[in-house]
Amino acid sequence: MDPAPFQLSNGVPLQAYLVLAALLFCTGVWGLINSRNAVRVLMSIELMLNAVNINLMAFSSYLDGQLIRGQVFAIFVITVAAAEAAVGLAILLSLYRNRDTVDMERFNLLRW
Amino acid sequence: MTIAITTQLICFVALAAALVLGALGVVLLPNIVYSAFLLGGVFLSVAGLYLLLNASFVAAAQVLVYVGAVNVLILFAIMLVNKREDLSAIPGLGVRRLLSGLVCGGLFALLLRVAFTTPWALPGPLPVGEEATIRIGEHLFSDYLLPFELASVLLLMAMIGAIVLARRDVLSCDIGTGEAVDQGLIEKARTPLLLDRSTP
Repeated sequence: MDPAPFQLSNGVPLQAYLVLAALLFCTGVWGLINSRNAVRVLMSIELMLNAVNINLMAFSSYLDGQLIRGQVFAIFVITVAAAEAAVGLAILLSLYRNRDTVDMERFNLLRW
Repeated sequence: MTIAITTQLICFVALAAALVLGALGVVLLPNIVYSAFLLGGVFLSVAGLYLLLNASFVAAAQVLVYVGAVNVLILFAIMLVNKREDLSAIPGLGVRRLLSGLVCGGLFALLLRVAFTTPWALPGPLPVGEEATIRIGEHLFSDYLLPFELASVLLLMAMIGAIVLARRDVLSCDIGTGEAVDQGLIEKARTPLLLDRSTP
């Protein structure tokens, strides 16, 4: 066993990838909550999905080097993200046609 | 991939800096077009990270699907809904931003704690390296065959759903008279159905 996994002489540590993915995910969450433009909300969702993918790939490379199941999962996440982006943007387009705005604060038809 | 460790570190730091700055730009820049192009930069940096992790196939898929499809789709959506509107100020926006920033900071601290206190089983098995693509193919056609087939059905459903949701209401014949109407691809001017009457 390696006594010091944090030493930079071993290359990039696993924790560096985890911290990077956490930062990306939190940025995505902040953007998701605070965006007024509906397109930017979809972009924030893509950021969060990419953060999850970075985590999956890092675990697959560091902890599951022989059966790289994380990479297969990442491919499925990419597939679902593409489908989500297409349907989300179609919904957004239909919403824009019907309400004539992309402001998230004015999409409140179903709110009490 | 056999890269010297120093080169790996330099590449990682450069890609991480591009990733974080690009992500901040995506959520903070006021111009949505700049955000969309920065999002493409973020996707490319993520693909670079995948290359550092010896995953050339997923990196190629990332570039093809995200940069080539999702980002272009987002740019098209921006062009289609491109109306310069001044967003009306809402009360308590600063407080909301501060509070959500605190929540996200707390989430980040929690994730940091998890990342640094969990005893990861390092070092794991030896990475397969360049054989990753072969392994992914074996997985997709043996133990992950059902999700693979379901993904194709999902993509078909998403495609049909997106077409149904986003198509224009152009009819080839007049409903009243039944005569063929030559309107081609011209979108009919119609009043939005769900306009908010209360707020101007």
